[in-house]
Amino acid sequence: MPHTEHLSKQYDIDLDTLRSRVLQMGGLVETQILQAIEAFATGEAGLADGVIRNEARVNALEVGLDDVCGHIIARRQPAAGDLRMILAISKTTTDLERVGDEAEKIARMAKQIRERGPVPPPRLADVKHMADTALAMLRRALDAFARLDVAAAAAVIRDDRLIDSEFRSVMRQLITYMMEDPRTISTALDILWIAKALERIGDHSKNMAEYVIYIVKGTDVRHTTIEQVEREALRSPGGER
Amino acid sequence: MAREADRERAVEQGAEPRKAEIRGLNFYYGEVRALKDLNMVVHDKHVTALIGPSGCGKTTFLRCFNRMHDLYPGNRYQGEIRLYPDDVNLLGQEVDPIEVRMRIGMVFQKPNPFPKSLYENVAYGLRVRGERSRHAIDDKVEQALREAALWDEVKDRLAEPAFNLSGGQQQRLCIARALATDPEMLLFDEPTSALDPIATASIEELMRELKHKVTIVIVTHNMQQAARVSDYTAYMYLGEIIEFGLTDDVFFRPKHARTEDYITGRVS
Repeated sequence: MPHTEHLSKQYDIDLDTLRSRVLQMGGLVETQILQAIEAFATGEAGLADGVIRNEARVNALEVGLDDVCGHIIARRQPAAGDLRMILAISKTTTDLERVGDEAEKIARMAKQIRERGPVPPPRLADVKHMADTALAMLRRALDAFARLDVAAAAAVIRDDRLIDSEFRSVMRQLITYMMEDPRTISTALDILWIAKALERIGDHSKNMAEYVIYIVKGTDVRHTTIEQVEREALRSPGGER
Repeated sequence: MAREADRERAVEQGAEPRKAEIRGLNFYYGEVRALKDLNMVVHDKHVTALIGPSGCGKTTFLRCFNRMHDLYPGNRYQGEIRLYPDDVNLLGQEVDPIEVRMRIGMVFQKPNPFPKSLYENVAYGLRVRGERSRHAIDDKVEQALREAALWDEVKDRLAEPAFNLSGGQQQRLCIARALATDPEMLLFDEPTSALDPIATASIEELMRELKHKVTIVIVTHNMQQAARVSDYTAYMYLGEIIEFGLTDDVFFRPKHARTEDYITGRVS
C-alpha cells in the first residue's frame, strides 16, 4: 500500500478519520462483549442492561460510517487501493455491527439464565475460555486492519478453526450435562446460544481479516481455503511495490 | 530480451485480435528523446486510453500512429508500429503518410471544422481520395453523420456553415469527417476537454458505439473518462509505458506503485 500522501490534504484527513472511527467502533464492540460476558459470569443485571442500551450506539456508528463512505465515493471517485479501502470499511462496519448484535444476545441470555439461578463454575469456565478466544480474534483482526498487516490477518483467519472447535466441545459438554440432569436443559440451551454467539463473533473477525487482505493485495479471499489465503498473504507483489 | 518479454506479455494480456503492435518505439524531437522504447498492443475494436501527467509523451505517442510528426522537420521515429491485418509498419519510409491518415483518422482537442458547409466538411476526405460520384458522396456523408449521431440534428441544414453548430455538435462533425473515409482506427486527443459535461457524455456514448466498428485510441487527462470509456489503459510517465492492461485492473488493482500514485492523486 502506498505510504505517500494525496495531493489533497483534505482527502488524507477524510480517510484517516474514517479509519479512526472504524477502530473506535471496534473498541466499543469489544467493550460490549467484555461486559456481556461479565454479566453472564457475575449475574449483574445492570451490566447486561448497559450492553443492551449501548447497542443503539453501535448501530448509529454503522449508519454514520456508511454515510461517510458514500460521501467519499461521490466526491473523490476513489480508485485502486483507496477504493478497496472504502469498500472494505463499509463491509467491516457491517461485521462490527453484527458483533454488537451478538454481544447484545449474550447480555439478554445472561439475564435470562440468572433469573433461574447461578451457573455452575465448569460451565462458566467453558464459556469464559471461548470468550477469551473470540475477543482475541476480534482484537487481532482490528489490529491487522490498523496496520494493514496481511500476515496477522491470515493468522486470524486460521484461528477461526480453533473457535469452531471450542464451540463443538462446549456443545458436547452441554449435551452431556442435559442428559445427566434434564432440569438443567433450559439453562444449558441458553448457554449454548451464548457459545453460538461467540462462535459467530469469531466468524465476523475472520471476515474482517479477509478484508485486510483484500485492501492490501486486491484479492478477494472469501470462500477460499486457509491454504489459499496464506499463499496470497505471502505472495510478493509484482512490479515496483 | 527484457523488452521482448514485455512485448509478449503485452500480447498475452488480451485474447482479442490485435489491430496494432508497437515494437521498440522511440521518438526524437531533434536530439530530445521523447518516447523511450515503447512496447504495447492495441486491440482491434476496443478503446485503449493513454493516461499520464503532462509531458509524459501521450500525445507524442498518439501522433506516431498517423505520422503527424512528419509535418515538422527534425523529428525522427525509431522502431515499429505494425498495423494489422496486413502487418505493415506505419513508420516505414516506403509507407505514404497520406494513405496512413486515410486509414487512421484523428479528432483533436478543440473542434476544428473547416470553414465550409456541414456537407463539405464531411465530403472533403472523400473528394481528396478521388471520389467523384455525387450519389456516392451523398450516401457516405449521411452514413458518417448517422454514425456520429448528428444526422437527425443537421439533415435539413447541410448547406449551413459548420461554425453555426454548438461545440459538441462541431466535435461530432469532426468525428463524422474522420469516419467518412472508413478508417480502421480513430485517434482522439483529449476530445472533450473543451466541451461541457452534457456534450462530453454524448461524445463518450458515441465512442462506446463506434468501437464496434473502429479501433479507438484516446488520450485523456480525465482519469474518470478513461475509466468510463476504455477497455485497456496505458499509464505513461517520462516517455515510458509504466503499466498497460485491462482498464478494470489498472484502476482497481494496479501492479505498479507509480500507477497507483497517479490514479489516486498522490505525490511521490
